[in-house]
Amino acid sequence: MRLDAEGRRGLTLISPTLIYALVMLAAPLAMVVTFSFWTQNYLDIDTTFTLDNYHEAWTQPIYQTLMARSLIISVVVTVVTVLLAFPVAYYISFRVTRRKTLWLFLVTIPFWTSYLLRVFLWKVILGYNGVLNSALMGMGFIDEPLTFLLYNANAVVLTLAHAWAPFAILPIFVALEKIDRSLLEAAEDLGDGPWRRFRRVTLPLAMPGVIAATLIVLIPTVGDFITPRLVGGTDGLMIANMIQIQVGRANNAPLGAALAISSMVVVGTLSVLIFLVGRRFGGRTR
Amino acid sequence: MTMDTTTTPRSIIELKDVRKSYGKVTALHGIDATIREGEFFSLLGPSGCGKTTLLRLIAGFDEPTSGSIEIDGKPMAGISANRRPTNMVFQSYAIFPHLSVAENVGYGLVPKRMPKAEIAAEVDKALRMVDLSGYGDRGAHELSGGQRQRVALARALVMRPKVVLLDEPLSALDKKLREQMQVELRALQQSIGITFILVTHDQEEAMIMSDRIAVMFDGHIAQLDSPQALYRHPVSERVASFIGVMNFLPATAKAAGEGELALDIAALGAVTLPVAAVPEGISPAKVTKIGVRPEMLTVLFDDSDHAERVTEGVVVSTSYYGDMTYYSIVLDGAEKPVTISMRNTAGRAVAPVGARLRIGWGAESIVLFS
Ligand SMILES: Nc1ncnc2c1ncn2[C@@H]1O[C@H](COP(=O)(O)OP(=O)(O)O)[C@@H](O)[C@H]1O
Ligand SMILES: [Mg+2]
Repeated sequence: MRLDAEGRRGLTLISPTLIYALVMLAAPLAMVVTFSFWTQNYLDIDTTFTLDNYHEAWTQPIYQTLMARSLIISVVVTVVTVLLAFPVAYYISFRVTRRKTLWLFLVTIPFWTSYLLRVFLWKVILGYNGVLNSALMGMGFIDEPLTFLLYNANAVVLTLAHAWAPFAILPIFVALEKIDRSLLEAAEDLGDGPWRRFRRVTLPLAMPGVIAATLIVLIPTVGDFITPRLVGGTDGLMIANMIQIQVGRANNAPLGAALAISSMVVVGTLSVLIFLVGRRFGGRTR
Repeated sequence: MTMDTTTTPRSIIELKDVRKSYGKVTALHGIDATIREGEFFSLLGPSGCGKTTLLRLIAGFDEPTSGSIEIDGKPMAGISANRRPTNMVFQSYAIFPHLSVAENVGYGLVPKRMPKAEIAAEVDKALRMVDLSGYGDRGAHELSGGQRQRVALARALVMRPKVVLLDEPLSALDKKLREQMQVELRALQQSIGITFILVTHDQEEAMIMSDRIAVMFDGHIAQLDSPQALYRHPVSERVASFIGVMNFLPATAKAAGEGELALDIAALGAVTLPVAAVPEGISPAKVTKIGVRPEMLTVLFDDSDHAERVTEGVVVSTSYYGDMTYYSIVLDGAEKPVTISMRNTAGRAVAPVGARLRIGWGAESIVLFS
């Protein structure tokens, strides 16, 4: 392939990014894929090609359970986050007339502290002797601390939904901002009340933002391992925790790799499905 | 000076002292007007005079600060846009980008629980009316500006509104298409007989299309009349210079006989007019200025040509338009030139700059201003 001056310049311009992406993303990914076809023999690795790891990852009940739980938790987190983010984005876009930037700024406030700190805060709030239990006992609503608050899947959902809210609000906000306001007036002019207009115009046109928000929240939460570790207890553990265990303590990196690739395939498939469904529903612009 | 026909059609919209303020800005200062059923009515005025504001109040997107709007005999206060018998063609057309042309046109029919086949038939009919048959399956982005405008119109017409509201619908189109659409829109309105209210800042467009025009300045209606009446009898200098071209000349009123007004017009000379020629609202003694349209002054090319009154002037510039030539001529005794339009004829050359010409005029063609 011969490159003209412009082509060379283009390549030079993108090369730092390209190299970075190759080194930091493509290379590790290739390594993980390769590992998943190998076998761990106590201390050394047998590099003959095998599908055993995948067989184990897809048939062992423990992995199935963890994968299913991860999916359920992240789907619930996504649904909760997007449902709560939509009204916030809607309010900022349609109701706030001045100082929109200030509102967006406020939305990003949770980012000002480290994620770990925020998770610990949730522990403080939800814990056995935490803020919530003390308050409820102090007011006499309960006699002994509630135990279903922390160290289970609920706590994981709550913590993740809070953490990802800004990521869901922003793309929805952008999509809502892009809607030409005269379209809404046209819908009203043609007989639609507020609710019907929302269903027929606002929501379909906001769909690209909703899909983006859904994917932005869903994809990383499936693979989250800090949150379940800190607030999930035993029945809040997710697939990423198992991958970590396999690669680390269990000393079975190939199985960990197979689990990682498997969950990547599952999330990828789910994302494509969501994308297609969302487009059918109204994200398409004709 | 309205040209009233013998049977005045009934009114469809009554505006009574309609005012609208946005905080400290007052967009409309008391609008009174009656819009008749089936007429093509235009709101004409420079940008910012409150045309859109008034149209939106009629459509129901905003409520007036005070005053009342009646449509078809019903007061509209508290009735939202989706329950008013009006439909709007937006300046941006507001075509739904996620729907096809047919879905756009049928948008307002879908919730009416009409059978699908009936909706499709109505949509087809409306598309045929705007000359877009066969475009139903297209997407909004596959349309040209003119076609989008037609879709917006079809979408409004399919609702069978009592009044169609159009906010500068042609301003985004190029000149040729705009002129074609002006004619088509007018013809369509006349054939279906629905009241149209058009907002425009283009006086030519308003003149070509309308039965009556409300000329607006600064939130007031300056004059509401037929195009002919606006052109021939503008009530103020501002209206006169907004509609077409008008030559203004200073004049002084003088004492005259009973029922008469004697005027001494700079550069044209003295005339005596019946007091009846003085428009309402101007006292004859206060006339300080007259106006005369370019085509009401005539260049007398041949010595044999004669006119009611004759004066002379020198050509300072000419503009040749093919069918017409516009002469800029300084009349004897005047400082500023007047514009005179002359239809070109086969045997006549355009008079050169510097030529001294005889100019004919008539007392009848003069408009008086205070
Ligand atoms: N929503 C609004 N808020 C504040 N001022 C407005 C608003 N809409 C219109 N105006 C003001 O009212 C006046 C008339 O505006 P508009 O009706 O849009 O004029 P036109 O359509 O004749 O160009 C303008 O001075 C404009 O600035
Ligand atoms: Mg306007």
